[in-house]
Amino acid sequence: MHSRHDSPYERVFDIFNYIFLAIFACVTVLPFVYIIAGSFATEAELTERDFFIFPREFALGAYQYIFSSDTIFRSIGVSIFITVVGTLTNLLFTLTMAYSLSRRDLMGRNALMNLIIFSMLFSGGMIPTYLVVRDLGLIDNYAAVILPGAISAFNLIIIKNFFQQLPPGLEESARIDGCTELGVLWRIVLPLSKPVIATFGLFYAVGHWNNFFAALLYLNDHEKWPLQVVLREMVMLSQLAVGDLSNMDPNFVKPPDQAVKMAVIVVGTVPILLLYPFLQKHFAKGVLLGSIKG
Amino acid sequence: MDTTAQKAKPLAVQARQRGGRRRSWRARLAKDRWLYVLLLPGLLYFLVFKYWPMWGVLIAFKNYQPFLGFWQSEWIGLDHFRTFFSNPDFARLLRNTFILAVYDLVFFFPAPILVALLLNEIRVGVFKRLVQTMVYVPHFISMVIVASMTYVFLTTQGGVLHALVEQLTGRSFNFLADPDWFRPLIILQIMWKETGWGTIIFLAALASVDVEQYEAAVVDGATRFQRMWHITLPAISGVISILLILRLGNFLDNGFEQIFLMTNSLNRTVADVFDTYVYFVGITQGAFSYSTAIGLFKSVVGIVLIFGSNYLAKRLGKEGLY
Repeated sequence: MHSRHDSPYERVFDIFNYIFLAIFACVTVLPFVYIIAGSFATEAELTERDFFIFPREFALGAYQYIFSSDTIFRSIGVSIFITVVGTLTNLLFTLTMAYSLSRRDLMGRNALMNLIIFSMLFSGGMIPTYLVVRDLGLIDNYAAVILPGAISAFNLIIIKNFFQQLPPGLEESARIDGCTELGVLWRIVLPLSKPVIATFGLFYAVGHWNNFFAALLYLNDHEKWPLQVVLREMVMLSQLAVGDLSNMDPNFVKPPDQAVKMAVIVVGTVPILLLYPFLQKHFAKGVLLGSIKG
Repeated sequence: MDTTAQKAKPLAVQARQRGGRRRSWRARLAKDRWLYVLLLPGLLYFLVFKYWPMWGVLIAFKNYQPFLGFWQSEWIGLDHFRTFFSNPDFARLLRNTFILAVYDLVFFFPAPILVALLLNEIRVGVFKRLVQTMVYVPHFISMVIVASMTYVFLTTQGGVLHALVEQLTGRSFNFLADPDWFRPLIILQIMWKETGWGTIIFLAALASVDVEQYEAAVVDGATRFQRMWHITLPAISGVISILLILRLGNFLDNGFEQIFLMTNSLNRTVADVFDTYVYFVGITQGAFSYSTAIGLFKSVVGIVLIFGSNYLAKRLGKEGLY
């Protein structure tokens, strides 16, 4: 579309446009780069230099230090557990309900849809939900960070609409061949829905990995904290020491506070960055699925 | 509505042919029994974690004592609401919520639109994709990490941005504790995190614009800016108005987690919004009934806003959301 009709004025606009977007892109990414570089830097470098992308000398002290006690290891384990079990729970609850609701002839379907839509408009709120979780005896139980968010009504409705668009012929012929409803769901519908399941599975999984508030609310026991809560206590409140110098070589020099904090941030960010290519692809698809009025 | 009635009709006819309504619902229940089994976990979820708390909202009208339980606690009517509305905190919360929401609407809302328009003017595909790949990253990062990074960058004890500003201005700003910096920080954080991601929906709308329109405009001698103004912008105006309606409907929902994380004892006066206040009063101080009343007030205003903005959209000739 670059045409000879462009006036010099428009060329200037183009140049500024490229510069502006390049700066914007750098501003979004540079903080990560600095945090990663800083986590390998020495005290002297952190205080002397402004922004830098490569540390002059690579110091691994911050990482040795944060992994010298089992706090970080344990919280990573907890986060992985919550993410895996939580996502499976989400998919189980959401897919089964979406499949039943996708059947237009199901008795009571409209009432159920209204029940779901109303829950999107009005919620009991934080305290009544907290009291329900407490009354169920789930405080300090991982179920408390998994079950209260087992279904996102929004995702449920999108998946239901997707199921409705599947060609009905396949399901019917399977039924005629003697397939039960469970068989139809398992053998016909789910294989056809793999991309959608991947998209919403990732939606839920990122939500679990990044979730902080449910854990803060429902898990009082420090040993049960996922990484995000440990991160906050350590970096923002400076109330949690992650390292244990008694486990280390007596000659080990305690790394700078800032580098330790940056190292913890890197540990919390890296899993997301590793998954990023998948996330970008599937999330964009999810946003567009959701924007179609259903 | 009409279409569902038409679809329902043949079913009703079938049912009558099979001999009466009573048998028919039993027959349908029996026929679809596996579908109901599949439905059960989801239904239980909504009843336990969505509708039980809605019932629990009634403690807003009680003096709920944990050791007495829901039933034994005494009804006190609207006392909690009266206390709240006469508390100076109420005006402060309303003000903080409102100011943050207006800042959000003025500074954050237009940002993805602007960036999408600029990205749309880029003709070098590689550059465009590279920028997109970079600016989407922060969307996936948790708020805890965003807030933690902000702390690491701005702390008065060796924060690199803090040091830079000090060099440039000769003054030491305590960004993290100074109430004057709270709102700008919140808006800047959200702009950094979500502007890039927010462009997706506009870029998708722009992708559906017919290239021939641009070509015809070029032939007619339209400049770049005229094409942007008369073709590109109208193509996304529908999406803009829908998102604006959604935003107005959620006007009271300032990003709870973000504000919670950035709140500290020094900036509480400007940081407290309804949701965080409910947490501090309810969970930290244990005033369950009082905080539930505050939450209920917010929910009710929220519903009014959602229906109000939707009504407004229909009046303006736009398709509503419900």
